[in-house]
Amino acid sequence: MVKTLERNLDGRELFASILVWSAAALVTATFCWFLGDIIWHGLSQISWTFLTAPPRNAGREGGIGPILVSTALILGVCLAVSLPIGVGTAVLLAEFTTDASLFGRLTRRSLDVLSGVPSIVFGLFGNAVFCKMLGLGFSILSGGLTLACMVLPILIRSTEEGFRAVPAGYRLSAAALGLSRTTTLFHLLLPAAVPGLLVGLVLGVGRATAETAALIFTSGYVDRMPESLLDSGRALSIHIFDLSMNVSGGDANAYASALVLVAFLLLINGTASWLAEHWLHRRIVTI
Amino acid sequence: MRPSTPAEGTQPWAPLDKNPARYVPKPFIEVEQLSLHYGQKPAFHDVTVSINKGCITALVGPSGCGKTSFLTSLNRLTDLIPGCRVSGRIRLDGLDLLAPNTDVIRLRRRIGMIFQKPNPFPLSIRKNLEFPLREHGLRDREQIAITIETVLRDVGLWDEVKDRLNAPALALSGGQQQRLCMARALALSPEALLMDEPCSALDPLSSGVVEDLIVGLRNHYTILIVTHNLAQARRIADYAALFWVQNGSGQLIETGTAKQIFEKPRDPLTAAYVSGMRG
Repeated sequence: MVKTLERNLDGRELFASILVWSAAALVTATFCWFLGDIIWHGLSQISWTFLTAPPRNAGREGGIGPILVSTALILGVCLAVSLPIGVGTAVLLAEFTTDASLFGRLTRRSLDVLSGVPSIVFGLFGNAVFCKMLGLGFSILSGGLTLACMVLPILIRSTEEGFRAVPAGYRLSAAALGLSRTTTLFHLLLPAAVPGLLVGLVLGVGRATAETAALIFTSGYVDRMPESLLDSGRALSIHIFDLSMNVSGGDANAYASALVLVAFLLLINGTASWLAEHWLHRRIVTI
Repeated sequence: MRPSTPAEGTQPWAPLDKNPARYVPKPFIEVEQLSLHYGQKPAFHDVTVSINKGCITALVGPSGCGKTSFLTSLNRLTDLIPGCRVSGRIRLDGLDLLAPNTDVIRLRRRIGMIFQKPNPFPLSIRKNLEFPLREHGLRDREQIAITIETVLRDVGLWDEVKDRLNAPALALSGGQQQRLCMARALALSPEALLMDEPCSALDPLSSGVVEDLIVGLRNHYTILIVTHNLAQARRIADYAALFWVQNGSGQLIETGTAKQIFEKPRDPLTAAYVSGMRG
């Protein structure tokens, strides 16, 4: 009797293990398959010339030099706008409002809704507001500002989590030592919240770099080297989209571009987790 | 003798005098009909007590009777808690402590606090002491170095850490961290120290070291200590106060000299508590 019960339990445990393991294996396999596919088709194209040369023949030949520059500029505009606003809002939400206050509830609810809005809607919004209303036209500036709107909810939420993860003891002991809230914020809370900020930054940069729909309507298609922020510029993801959907015979370069994009994202991810891990330690030593 | 406020003395960070002249007990903190509510829930009500200067006063009683809340109302740390209401009167050397225009920053410099769990900042040992000093306006590097050494000697930590002042404070042991926190509080030359079960998170050996340290601070500082360790209260305290929960709210049952509270308690609750029959 006891033996059969044990065997039954064993059977069920085995079944559960197989289920869990195969789910995990499926996820990993999908990732490896698609990464392998991109590397397999794209790696042979990658060279210094590819990374620096301008595209020729609608992108079938040549490289992605101007496209990388445009992407970097769009990303730069996006971060320059979203970082200060994001960190400021996160500080306000986490340190100066209570969960129950109307302001806090309203802001959080808006952020949740914003983060669920499809990117195509952000694209149309950016086109209407930045390109038309503010007269910035199809430009890197419009694209960057639109991406900033998209990235803000992610950035604010995870920075806020970063602040909330700081032990309450820091705030109490700082207050008990007669330190002002501003001092406490800049010297203790902000450094301690950096890991959360970095996570938000990675997710944000990841989303911004991979974004296509929002940029089609705002930063445009032009694959020339941009001369100012008011020039139109083609982002990497749009280049991939264009090569694979609109240009016959562009697959090889599309693969190579995709490989560059994926490598960049992996690099950002790795750097951020490394930074988050070593930040506290380095701070103690260098201060 | 150690000057009682930083403003009076020319050398506020002089080392502790080993045999200080004993203060004549006189009230330093006077509390009148103090009540505290978290939202609608009362933590304690109608507490009237006066804390004598230069003495160690132990607050004892079972958990949840408002001892810690009482302690945090004395340096207005209660301001940080949303929905916390304090009513009544607290006077610190004549200063109305609960008045809205009281300079809280200055008040917290005069009344230091040690928490139950050692809570050094995630900085180096040196930075932990230097950072609050700088924030309170001490810029002279030499003076800062002297202060750091003095307070670390006062808490008996100097010989243990003098070669690694730049090491992270969180790498110290629990007892060392707690002594660092005491040094951090002492560096600001407070007049009073509030201690919320400073030994309860420490092992017996470290606890003994910290306890000896507290005894050494007697006469230099007015000390209020919350403790669950009755034997410790009996060993170190000059005065004792017993808190108890009655009708869902903390109350002060009895105050007196430690000797009287532990040997001749007047209230039957106190008698039962100190003899270990209740609580």
